[in-house]
Amino acid sequence: MTRELTCIGCPMGCTLTVEVENGEAVSVTGNTCKIGENYAKTEISAPVRAVTTTALTAEGIPVPVKTAQNVPKDKIFQVVEHIKRTTVTLPIKLGTVILEDAAGTGVSVVATKSVG
Amino acid sequence: MREFELVVIGGGPAGMAAAIAAKKKGIDDLVIFERDDRLGGILNQCIHNGFGLHTFKEELTGPEYAERYADQVCELGIPCELGTMVLDITNDKEVTILSRERGVETVRAKAVVLAMGCRERPRGALGIAGFRPQGVYTAGTAQKLVNCEGVVPGKEVVILGSGDIGLIMARRMTLEGAKVRAVVELMPYSSGLKRNIAQCLDDYGIPLMLSHTVIDIKGKDKLEGVWVATVDERNAPIEGTEEYFPCDTLLLSCGLIPENELSRSAGIELSPLTGGPTVDESLETGAEGVFACGNVLHVHDLVDFVSEESVRAGENAAEYIKGKPASIGEPVAVKPGSGVRYTVPSKIYVESVTDSVHIRFRVTGVYKSAAIVVSCGDNEIFRKRGRIFVPSEMQDIVIKKDKLADISGEIEVRVEEAEK
Repeated sequence: MTRELTCIGCPMGCTLTVEVENGEAVSVTGNTCKIGENYAKTEISAPVRAVTTTALTAEGIPVPVKTAQNVPKDKIFQVVEHIKRTTVTLPIKLGTVILEDAAGTGVSVVATKSVG
Repeated sequence: MREFELVVIGGGPAGMAAAIAAKKKGIDDLVIFERDDRLGGILNQCIHNGFGLHTFKEELTGPEYAERYADQVCELGIPCELGTMVLDITNDKEVTILSRERGVETVRAKAVVLAMGCRERPRGALGIAGFRPQGVYTAGTAQKLVNCEGVVPGKEVVILGSGDIGLIMARRMTLEGAKVRAVVELMPYSSGLKRNIAQCLDDYGIPLMLSHTVIDIKGKDKLEGVWVATVDERNAPIEGTEEYFPCDTLLLSCGLIPENELSRSAGIELSPLTGGPTVDESLETGAEGVFACGNVLHVHDLVDFVSEESVRAGENAAEYIKGKPASIGEPVAVKPGSGVRYTVPSKIYVESVTDSVHIRFRVTGVYKSAAIVVSCGDNEIFRKRGRIFVPSEMQDIVIKKDKLADISGEIEVRVEEAEK
Protein backbone atom coordinates (compact mmCIF):
# COMPACT_ATOMS: atom_id res chain seq x y z
CA MET A 1 0.00 0.00 0.00
CA THR A 2 1.18 3.52 -0.79
CA ARG A 3 0.45 6.47 1.47
CA GLU A 4 1.06 10.14 0.86
CA LEU A 5 2.04 12.29 3.83
CA THR A 6 3.01 15.92 4.38
CA CYS A 7 6.15 16.14 6.48
CA ILE A 8 5.63 18.39 9.51
CA GLY A 9 9.33 18.44 10.42
CA CYS A 10 9.94 21.95 9.12
CA PRO A 11 8.09 24.67 7.21
CA MET A 12 9.07 23.21 3.82
CA GLY A 13 6.34 20.60 4.22
CA CYS A 14 7.72 17.99 1.80
CA THR A 15 5.19 15.64 0.23
CA LEU A 16 6.28 12.13 1.20
CA THR A 17 5.34 8.96 -0.63
CA VAL A 18 5.51 5.98 1.69
CA GLU A 19 5.37 2.29 0.80
CA VAL A 20 3.66 0.51 3.68
CA GLU A 21 3.81 -3.20 4.44
CA ASN A 22 2.26 -4.76 7.56
CA GLY A 23 1.83 -1.35 9.18
CA GLU A 24 5.50 -0.38 8.71
CA ALA A 25 7.06 2.05 6.25
CA VAL A 26 9.42 0.12 3.98
CA SER A 27 10.44 3.00 1.71
CA VAL A 28 10.11 6.78 1.80
CA THR A 29 10.55 9.10 -1.18
CA GLY A 30 9.96 12.82 -1.68
CA ASN A 31 11.81 13.86 1.47
CA THR A 32 14.61 16.42 1.33
CA CYS A 33 16.33 15.36 4.52
CA LYS A 34 16.52 12.70 7.21
CA ILE A 35 13.74 14.37 9.22
CA GLY A 36 11.24 13.42 6.52
CA GLU A 37 12.28 9.78 6.50
CA ASN A 38 12.09 9.51 10.28
CA TYR A 39 8.78 11.34 10.36
CA ALA A 40 7.25 8.98 7.78
CA LYS A 41 8.40 5.86 9.63
CA THR A 42 7.00 7.05 12.96
CA GLU A 43 3.85 8.44 11.37
CA ILE A 44 3.02 5.05 9.85
CA SER A 45 3.82 2.89 12.88
CA ALA A 46 3.03 5.11 15.90
CA PRO A 47 2.35 8.81 15.15
CA VAL A 48 3.54 11.36 17.72
CA ARG A 49 3.14 15.11 18.17
CA ALA A 50 4.48 17.87 20.36
CA VAL A 51 1.67 19.52 22.32
CA THR A 52 1.61 23.24 23.07
CA THR A 53 -1.09 24.82 25.21
CA THR A 54 -1.45 26.98 28.32
CA ALA A 55 -1.60 26.15 32.01
CA LEU A 56 -3.39 28.52 34.34
CA THR A 57 -2.46 30.05 37.67
CA ALA A 58 -5.04 30.06 40.46
CA GLU A 59 -5.93 33.60 39.34
CA GLY A 60 -6.53 32.40 35.77
CA ILE A 61 -3.37 33.86 34.23
CA PRO A 62 -2.26 31.65 31.33
CA VAL A 63 1.34 30.41 31.12
CA PRO A 64 2.36 28.88 27.79
CA VAL A 65 3.70 25.30 28.06
CA LYS A 66 4.86 22.46 25.83
CA THR A 67 5.54 18.76 26.12
CA ALA A 68 9.31 18.29 26.47
CA GLN A 69 9.13 15.49 23.88
CA ASN A 70 6.52 14.28 21.43
CA VAL A 71 3.61 12.30 22.82
CA PRO A 72 1.45 9.67 21.06
CA LYS A 73 -1.02 11.42 18.79
CA ASP A 74 -4.00 9.62 20.35
CA LYS A 75 -3.00 10.98 23.78
CA ILE A 76 -3.09 14.68 22.79
CA PHE A 77 -6.46 15.42 24.38
CA GLN A 78 -5.60 13.54 27.59
CA VAL A 79 -2.34 15.49 27.84
CA VAL A 80 -4.15 18.81 27.37
CA GLU A 81 -6.75 17.73 29.94
CA HIS A 82 -4.02 16.85 32.46
CA ILE A 83 -2.35 20.23 31.91
CA LYS A 84 -5.72 21.97 32.47
CA ARG A 85 -6.02 20.25 35.87
CA THR A 86 -2.56 21.51 36.85
CA THR A 87 -2.26 24.87 38.59
CA VAL A 88 0.98 26.82 38.17
CA THR A 89 2.31 29.43 40.55
CA LEU A 90 4.16 32.63 39.64
CA PRO A 91 6.85 33.65 39.18
CA ILE A 92 7.83 30.90 36.77
CA LYS A 93 10.96 30.62 34.64
CA LEU A 94 11.11 29.36 31.06
CA GLY A 95 11.94 25.64 31.14
CA THR A 96 10.42 24.96 34.58
CA VAL A 97 8.77 21.53 34.70
CA ILE A 98 5.10 21.96 35.61
CA LEU A 99 4.14 18.30 35.16
CA GLU A 100 6.47 15.26 35.39
CA ASP A 101 4.36 12.71 33.56
CA ALA A 102 1.60 14.04 31.34
CA ALA A 103 -1.35 11.62 31.16
CA GLY A 104 0.82 8.56 31.67
CA THR A 105 2.97 9.22 28.61
CA GLY A 106 6.14 9.56 30.69
CA VAL A 107 6.73 12.92 29.02
CA SER A 108 7.13 16.08 31.12
CA VAL A 109 5.54 19.47 30.43
CA VAL A 110 7.60 22.66 30.71
CA ALA A 111 6.84 26.39 30.76
CA THR A 112 7.87 28.15 27.53
CA LYS A 113 7.90 31.69 28.91
CA SER A 114 9.12 33.42 32.03
CA VAL A 115 6.10 35.01 33.70
CA GLY A 116 5.86 37.20 36.78
CA MET B 1 15.66 67.30 23.17
CA ARG B 2 17.04 63.80 23.71
CA GLU B 3 19.22 62.63 20.87
CA PHE B 4 20.10 59.06 19.89
CA GLU B 5 22.33 57.63 17.23
CA LEU B 6 19.78 54.93 16.50
CA VAL B 7 16.07 54.69 17.27
CA VAL B 8 14.45 51.29 16.67
CA ILE B 9 10.67 51.45 16.44
CA GLY B 10 9.16 48.19 17.66
CA GLY B 11 10.45 45.55 20.09
CA GLY B 12 9.28 42.44 18.27
CA PRO B 13 11.61 39.98 16.55
CA ALA B 14 12.61 42.52 13.88
CA GLY B 15 13.37 45.37 16.24
CA MET B 16 15.27 43.20 18.71
CA ALA B 17 17.45 41.60 16.01
CA ALA B 18 18.18 44.98 14.40
CA ALA B 19 19.10 46.60 17.72
CA ILE B 20 21.34 43.68 18.73
CA ALA B 21 23.12 43.79 15.35
CA ALA B 22 23.69 47.56 15.55
CA LYS B 23 24.96 47.30 19.12
CA LYS B 24 27.41 44.57 18.09
CA LYS B 25 28.64 46.89 15.32
CA GLY B 26 29.56 49.44 17.98
CA ILE B 27 26.46 51.60 18.20
CA ASP B 28 25.99 52.20 21.94
CA ASP B 29 23.70 55.20 21.82
CA LEU B 30 20.50 53.49 20.78
CA VAL B 31 16.99 52.81 22.07
CA ILE B 32 14.08 50.51 21.31
CA PHE B 33 10.61 52.04 21.60
CA GLU B 34 7.96 49.37 22.22
CA ARG B 35 4.28 50.11 22.83
CA ASP B 36 3.59 46.84 24.72
CA ASP B 37 4.77 46.30 28.28
CA ARG B 38 7.25 43.60 27.23
CA LEU B 39 9.53 42.77 24.33
CA GLY B 40 8.69 40.01 21.85
CA GLY B 41 5.80 41.43 19.88
CA ILE B 42 3.43 38.93 18.34
CA LEU B 43 5.69 35.99 19.31
CA ASN B 44 4.32 36.26 22.86
CA GLN B 45 0.94 34.97 21.73
CA CYS B 46 2.32 32.41 19.23
CA ILE B 47 2.67 29.63 21.82
CA HIS B 48 2.88 26.87 19.17
CA ASN B 49 6.21 25.49 18.04
CA GLY B 50 8.01 25.66 14.70
CA PHE B 51 10.15 28.74 15.30
CA GLY B 52 13.94 28.88 15.17
CA LEU B 53 14.86 25.91 12.96
CA HIS B 54 17.11 28.13 10.82
CA THR B 55 18.40 30.44 13.56
CA PHE B 56 18.94 28.00 16.43
CA LYS B 57 18.74 24.61 14.66
CA GLU B 58 16.01 23.55 17.04
CA GLU B 59 12.27 23.87 17.18
CA LEU B 60 11.08 26.51 19.64
CA THR B 61 7.75 28.04 20.55
CA GLY B 62 7.18 31.74 19.88
CA PRO B 63 7.73 32.88 23.50
CA GLU B 64 10.94 30.83 23.72
CA TYR B 65 12.26 32.38 20.50
CA ALA B 66 11.36 35.87 21.77
CA GLU B 67 12.96 35.30 25.15
CA ARG B 68 16.31 34.31 23.59
CA TYR B 69 16.45 37.68 21.82
CA ALA B 70 15.05 39.62 24.78
CA ASP B 71 17.77 38.07 26.99
CA GLN B 72 20.42 39.23 24.51
CA VAL B 73 18.95 42.75 24.46
CA CYS B 74 19.17 42.73 28.25
CA GLU B 75 22.71 41.27 28.40
CA LEU B 76 24.00 43.81 25.88
CA GLY B 77 22.43 46.61 27.92
CA ILE B 78 20.35 47.94 25.06
CA PRO B 79 17.91 50.52 26.49
CA CYS B 80 14.25 49.68 25.91
CA GLU B 81 11.43 52.07 26.60
CA LEU B 82 8.34 49.91 27.02
CA GLY B 83 4.80 51.21 27.11
CA THR B 84 5.99 53.82 24.65
CA MET B 85 3.97 54.56 21.55
CA VAL B 86 5.60 56.27 18.61
CA LEU B 87 3.13 58.87 17.34
CA ASP B 88 5.02 60.42 14.47
CA ILE B 89 8.29 60.44 12.60
CA THR B 90 9.53 63.05 10.19
CA ASN B 91 11.80 62.47 7.24
CA ASP B 92 14.59 64.31 9.06
CA LYS B 93 14.30 61.68 11.79
CA GLU B 94 12.52 63.48 14.58
CA VAL B 95 10.50 60.87 16.46
CA THR B 96 7.54 61.85 18.63
CA ILE B 97 6.69 59.38 21.38
CA LEU B 98 4.05 59.07 24.07
CA SER B 99 4.58 57.31 27.38
CA ARG B 100 3.09 57.34 30.86
CA GLU B 101 6.44 58.38 32.35
CA ARG B 102 7.40 61.18 29.98
CA GLY B 103 4.18 62.28 28.31
CA VAL B 104 4.59 63.48 24.74
CA GLU B 105 8.22 63.94 23.79
CA THR B 106 10.13 64.47 20.57
CA VAL B 107 13.57 62.91 20.19
CA ARG B 108 16.10 63.16 17.40
CA ALA B 109 17.89 60.23 15.75
CA LYS B 110 20.78 59.90 13.32
CA ALA B 111 19.23 56.72 11.96
CA VAL B 112 15.91 54.95 12.41
CA VAL B 113 14.98 51.30 11.98
CA LEU B 114 11.29 50.78 11.23
CA ALA B 115 10.20 47.47 12.81
CA MET B 116 6.51 48.02 13.53
CA GLY B 117 5.34 44.69 12.13
CA CYS B 118 1.96 44.14 10.54
CA ARG B 119 -1.66 43.74 11.47
CA GLU B 120 -4.54 41.60 10.35
CA ARG B 121 -6.98 42.50 7.60
CA PRO B 122 -10.16 43.32 9.51
CA ARG B 123 -13.75 42.39 8.68
CA GLY B 124 -14.44 45.88 7.35
CA ALA B 125 -11.92 45.30 4.59
CA LEU B 126 -13.52 42.02 3.48
CA GLY B 127 -16.97 43.14 2.38
CA ILE B 128 -19.02 40.39 4.04
CA ALA B 129 -22.75 41.12 4.15
CA GLY B 130 -24.75 40.98 7.38
CA PHE B 131 -24.93 42.74 10.72
CA ARG B 132 -22.04 43.33 13.09
CA PRO B 133 -22.82 40.78 15.82
CA GLN B 134 -20.58 39.81 18.72
CA GLY B 135 -18.57 36.68 17.83
CA VAL B 136 -16.57 37.84 14.81
CA TYR B 137 -12.85 38.15 15.55
CA THR B 138 -9.63 38.21 13.62
CA ALA B 139 -7.70 34.99 14.25
CA GLY B 140 -4.91 36.89 15.98
CA THR B 141 -7.34 38.59 18.38
CA ALA B 142 -8.75 35.18 19.29
CA GLN B 143 -5.19 33.91 19.70
CA LYS B 144 -4.41 36.70 22.14
CA LEU B 145 -7.65 36.07 24.06
CA VAL B 146 -6.94 32.35 24.44
CA ASN B 147 -3.17 32.37 24.96
CA CYS B 148 -2.59 35.64 26.84
CA GLU B 149 -5.91 36.36 28.57
CA GLY B 150 -7.04 32.78 29.21
CA VAL B 151 -10.45 33.40 27.60
CA VAL B 152 -11.87 31.11 24.90
CA PRO B 153 -14.14 33.20 22.70
CA GLY B 154 -16.62 30.50 21.60
CA LYS B 155 -17.68 26.87 21.24
CA GLU B 156 -18.64 26.43 17.60
CA VAL B 157 -16.26 27.98 15.13
CA VAL B 158 -15.95 28.69 11.41
CA ILE B 159 -12.68 30.13 10.15
CA LEU B 160 -12.57 32.27 7.02
CA GLY B 161 -9.18 32.29 5.35
CA SER B 162 -6.50 29.63 5.59
CA GLY B 163 -3.57 31.80 6.57
CA ASP B 164 -1.24 30.23 9.12
CA ILE B 165 -2.81 32.03 12.09
CA GLY B 166 -6.21 30.67 11.08
CA LEU B 167 -4.85 27.12 10.79
CA ILE B 168 -3.03 27.38 14.11
CA MET B 169 -6.19 28.73 15.75
CA ALA B 170 -8.27 25.87 14.33
CA ARG B 171 -6.11 23.47 16.33
CA ARG B 172 -5.90 25.75 19.35
CA MET B 173 -9.67 26.18 19.62
CA THR B 174 -10.10 22.40 19.19
CA LEU B 175 -7.68 21.72 22.06
CA GLU B 176 -9.65 24.20 24.16
CA GLY B 177 -12.79 22.14 23.60
CA ALA B 178 -14.41 24.09 20.76
CA LYS B 179 -15.81 22.46 17.62
CA VAL B 180 -14.24 23.90 14.47
CA ARG B 181 -16.71 23.19 11.69
CA ALA B 182 -14.63 24.27 8.70
CA VAL B 183 -11.84 26.44 7.38
CA VAL B 184 -13.17 28.30 4.34
CA GLU B 185 -10.69 29.58 1.73
CA LEU B 186 -11.56 31.82 -1.22
CA MET B 187 -8.56 30.76 -3.31
CA PRO B 188 -8.13 27.30 -4.87
CA TYR B 189 -5.04 26.84 -2.66
CA SER B 190 -4.26 27.55 0.98
CA SER B 191 -2.29 30.61 1.93
CA GLY B 192 -0.90 28.72 4.93
CA LEU B 193 2.01 26.31 5.20
CA LYS B 194 1.37 22.70 4.16
CA ARG B 195 2.62 21.38 7.48
CA ASN B 196 -0.03 23.44 9.26
CA ILE B 197 -2.78 21.94 7.10
CA ALA B 198 -1.46 18.50 8.07
CA GLN B 199 -0.94 19.05 11.78
CA CYS B 200 -3.69 21.59 12.52
CA LEU B 201 -6.56 20.48 10.27
CA ASP B 202 -6.02 16.89 9.08
CA ASP B 203 -4.98 15.69 12.56
CA TYR B 204 -8.35 16.84 13.93
CA GLY B 205 -10.55 16.06 10.95
CA ILE B 206 -11.29 19.73 10.25
CA PRO B 207 -12.37 20.23 6.61
CA LEU B 208 -10.55 22.77 4.42
CA MET B 209 -13.02 24.14 1.87
CA LEU B 210 -11.02 25.64 -1.00
CA SER B 211 -12.71 27.98 -3.52
CA HIS B 212 -15.39 28.80 -0.92
CA THR B 213 -16.24 31.98 0.94
CA VAL B 214 -18.58 33.34 3.60
CA ILE B 215 -21.32 35.27 1.82
CA ASP B 216 -23.57 36.21 4.73
CA ILE B 217 -23.50 36.44 8.50
CA LYS B 218 -26.63 35.55 10.49
CA GLY B 219 -27.33 37.10 13.88
CA LYS B 220 -27.83 40.67 15.01
CA ASP B 221 -26.51 40.91 18.59
CA LYS B 222 -24.78 37.53 18.72
CA LEU B 223 -23.47 35.50 15.81
CA GLU B 224 -25.77 32.57 15.00
CA GLY B 225 -24.20 31.16 11.86
CA VAL B 226 -22.68 31.84 8.47
CA TRP B 227 -23.64 31.08 4.89
CA VAL B 228 -20.84 29.60 2.81
CA ALA B 229 -20.85 29.28 -0.98
CA THR B 230 -18.55 27.93 -3.67
CA VAL B 231 -16.89 30.58 -5.85
CA ASP B 232 -16.13 30.51 -9.55
CA GLU B 233 -12.77 31.30 -11.15
CA ARG B 234 -13.45 35.02 -10.74
CA ASN B 235 -14.07 34.47 -7.01
CA ALA B 236 -17.79 35.25 -7.40
CA PRO B 237 -20.21 33.08 -5.36
CA ILE B 238 -22.06 30.47 -7.43
CA GLU B 239 -25.83 30.51 -6.90
CA GLY B 240 -27.29 27.31 -5.55
CA THR B 241 -24.10 26.21 -3.71
CA GLU B 242 -24.98 27.97 -0.43
CA GLU B 243 -24.54 25.96 2.75
CA TYR B 244 -25.41 27.11 6.29
CA PHE B 245 -23.05 26.52 9.23
CA PRO B 246 -24.41 27.29 12.69
CA CYS B 247 -21.63 28.82 14.81
CA ASP B 248 -21.07 31.31 17.63
CA THR B 249 -17.61 32.35 16.46
CA LEU B 250 -16.20 33.41 13.09
CA LEU B 251 -12.45 33.86 12.93
CA LEU B 252 -10.90 35.84 10.09
CA SER B 253 -7.48 34.87 8.79
CA CYS B 254 -7.50 36.83 5.57
CA GLY B 255 -4.07 38.29 5.24
CA LEU B 256 -1.70 40.65 7.00
CA ILE B 257 -0.97 44.27 6.17
CA PRO B 258 2.34 45.95 7.01
CA GLU B 259 1.66 48.69 9.57
CA ASN B 260 3.02 51.81 7.91
CA GLU B 261 1.11 54.80 9.29
CA LEU B 262 4.39 56.17 10.66
CA SER B 263 6.24 55.60 7.39
CA ARG B 264 3.45 57.42 5.59
CA SER B 265 3.60 60.39 7.95
CA ALA B 266 7.33 60.63 7.25
CA GLY B 267 6.54 60.79 3.53
CA ILE B 268 8.33 57.49 2.86
CA GLU B 269 7.39 55.90 -0.45
CA LEU B 270 5.40 52.68 -0.03
CA SER B 271 5.12 49.81 -2.48
CA PRO B 272 1.57 49.08 -3.64
CA LEU B 273 2.66 45.44 -4.02
CA THR B 274 3.91 44.78 -0.48
CA GLY B 275 2.27 47.61 1.48
CA GLY B 276 5.72 48.26 2.94
CA PRO B 277 8.36 50.87 2.13
CA THR B 278 10.30 50.51 -1.11
CA VAL B 279 13.90 49.78 -0.18
CA ASP B 280 17.27 49.28 -1.80
CA GLU B 281 19.66 46.39 -1.19
CA SER B 282 20.72 47.86 2.17
CA LEU B 283 17.06 47.95 3.29
CA GLU B 284 17.20 51.75 3.36
CA THR B 285 13.86 53.38 2.56
CA GLY B 286 13.35 56.45 0.41
CA ALA B 287 14.22 58.59 3.48
CA GLU B 288 17.95 58.74 4.06
CA GLY B 289 19.05 56.89 7.21
CA VAL B 290 15.66 55.24 7.71
CA PHE B 291 15.78 51.47 7.32
CA ALA B 292 12.96 48.90 7.40
CA CYS B 293 12.87 45.20 8.23
CA GLY B 294 10.51 42.40 9.19
CA ASN B 295 6.78 42.45 8.61
CA VAL B 296 6.58 46.23 8.27
CA LEU B 297 8.62 45.81 5.09
CA HIS B 298 6.85 42.76 3.69
CA VAL B 299 4.89 40.00 5.41
CA HIS B 300 7.04 36.99 6.28
CA ASP B 301 5.98 33.44 7.04
CA LEU B 302 9.11 32.51 9.03
CA VAL B 303 10.40 34.54 11.96
CA ASP B 304 13.87 33.18 11.21
CA PHE B 305 13.82 35.16 7.95
CA VAL B 306 12.66 38.24 9.87
CA SER B 307 15.62 37.96 12.23
CA GLU B 308 18.12 37.48 9.40
CA GLU B 309 16.75 40.42 7.44
CA SER B 310 16.69 42.62 10.55
CA VAL B 311 20.34 41.89 11.32
CA ARG B 312 21.14 43.31 7.89
CA ALA B 313 19.00 46.40 8.55
CA GLY B 314 20.66 46.94 11.94
CA GLU B 315 24.16 46.51 10.53
CA ASN B 316 23.48 48.83 7.62
CA ALA B 317 22.02 51.44 9.99
CA ALA B 318 25.24 51.15 12.04
CA GLU B 319 27.36 51.65 8.91
CA TYR B 320 25.29 54.69 8.00
CA ILE B 321 25.74 56.19 11.47
CA LYS B 322 29.50 55.61 11.26
CA GLY B 323 29.55 57.64 8.07
CA LYS B 324 29.48 55.10 5.26
CA PRO B 325 29.24 57.10 2.05
CA ALA B 326 25.83 57.39 0.44
CA SER B 327 24.87 54.88 -2.22
CA ILE B 328 27.04 55.14 -5.29
CA GLY B 329 25.81 55.66 -8.82
CA GLU B 330 22.36 55.06 -10.21
CA PRO B 331 20.26 52.19 -8.90
CA VAL B 332 19.19 49.25 -11.05
CA ALA B 333 15.48 48.50 -10.72
CA VAL B 334 14.42 45.00 -9.67
CA LYS B 335 11.07 44.07 -11.20
CA PRO B 336 8.73 41.13 -10.58
CA GLY B 337 8.32 39.21 -13.84
CA SER B 338 5.99 36.38 -14.78
CA GLY B 339 4.78 34.43 -11.73
CA VAL B 340 6.34 36.80 -9.18
CA ARG B 341 4.19 39.15 -7.09
CA TYR B 342 6.84 41.50 -5.70
CA THR B 343 10.52 41.75 -4.89
CA VAL B 344 12.38 43.18 -1.91
CA PRO B 345 14.51 45.15 -2.62
CA SER B 346 12.99 46.96 -5.57
CA LYS B 347 16.29 48.58 -6.52
CA ILE B 348 19.98 47.79 -6.16
CA TYR B 349 22.91 50.19 -6.03
CA VAL B 350 25.29 47.72 -7.68
CA GLU B 351 28.46 49.62 -6.80
CA SER B 352 27.49 49.76 -3.14
CA VAL B 353 27.07 45.97 -2.87
CA THR B 354 29.84 44.56 -0.71
CA ASP B 355 29.50 40.81 -1.16
CA SER B 356 26.07 39.65 -2.22
CA VAL B 357 22.44 40.73 -2.40
CA HIS B 358 19.38 38.98 -0.98
CA ILE B 359 16.27 39.16 -3.13
CA ARG B 360 13.07 38.05 -1.42
CA PHE B 361 9.75 37.57 -3.15
CA ARG B 362 6.59 35.53 -3.36
CA VAL B 363 5.25 33.64 -6.35
CA THR B 364 1.72 34.32 -7.59
CA GLY B 365 0.46 30.73 -7.79
CA VAL B 366 1.44 27.09 -7.31
CA TYR B 367 4.30 26.12 -9.66
CA LYS B 368 5.53 22.54 -9.82
CA SER B 369 8.92 21.53 -11.26
CA ALA B 370 9.68 25.14 -12.11
CA ALA B 371 12.72 27.38 -11.98
CA ILE B 372 13.36 30.80 -10.47
CA VAL B 373 15.25 32.87 -13.02
CA VAL B 374 16.87 36.26 -12.52
CA SER B 375 17.94 38.06 -15.65
CA CYS B 376 18.97 41.43 -16.96
CA GLY B 377 18.01 41.73 -20.60
CA ASP B 378 19.39 38.59 -22.26
CA ASN B 379 21.89 38.08 -19.49
CA GLU B 380 20.78 35.33 -17.08
CA ILE B 381 22.41 35.93 -13.70
CA PHE B 382 20.70 33.36 -11.49
CA ARG B 383 18.71 30.14 -11.87
CA LYS B 384 17.33 27.79 -9.24
CA ARG B 385 15.16 24.77 -9.89
CA GLY B 386 12.58 23.61 -7.37
CA ARG B 387 10.05 20.81 -7.03
CA ILE B 388 7.35 23.21 -5.94
CA PHE B 389 6.95 26.94 -5.37
CA VAL B 390 3.85 28.16 -3.51
CA PRO B 391 2.60 31.66 -2.60
CA SER B 392 2.60 30.82 1.13
CA GLU B 393 6.38 30.41 1.20
CA MET B 394 8.59 33.43 0.78
CA GLN B 395 11.51 32.79 -1.52
CA ASP B 396 14.97 34.02 -0.60
CA ILE B 397 17.77 34.00 -3.16
CA VAL B 398 21.29 35.32 -2.83
CA ILE B 399 23.10 36.84 -5.79
CA LYS B 400 26.85 37.27 -5.62
CA LYS B 401 28.33 40.65 -6.43
CA ASP B 402 30.35 39.33 -9.41
CA LYS B 403 27.11 38.28 -11.13
CA LEU B 404 26.01 41.91 -11.00
CA ALA B 405 29.25 43.29 -12.46
CA ASP B 406 28.27 44.15 -16.01
CA ILE B 407 24.55 44.59 -15.87
CA SER B 408 22.61 47.52 -17.18
CA GLY B 409 18.87 48.12 -17.35
CA GLU B 410 16.32 46.34 -15.21
CA ILE B 411 16.72 43.11 -13.30
CA GLU B 412 13.76 40.79 -13.64
CA VAL B 413 12.83 37.92 -11.31
CA ARG B 414 10.44 35.38 -12.82
CA VAL B 415 9.18 31.83 -12.57
CA GLU B 416 9.93 29.63 -15.56
CA GLU B 417 7.59 26.67 -15.84
CA ALA B 418 8.89 23.32 -17.05
CA GLU B 419 8.04 22.46 -20.64
CA LYS B 420 5.20 19.99 -20.73
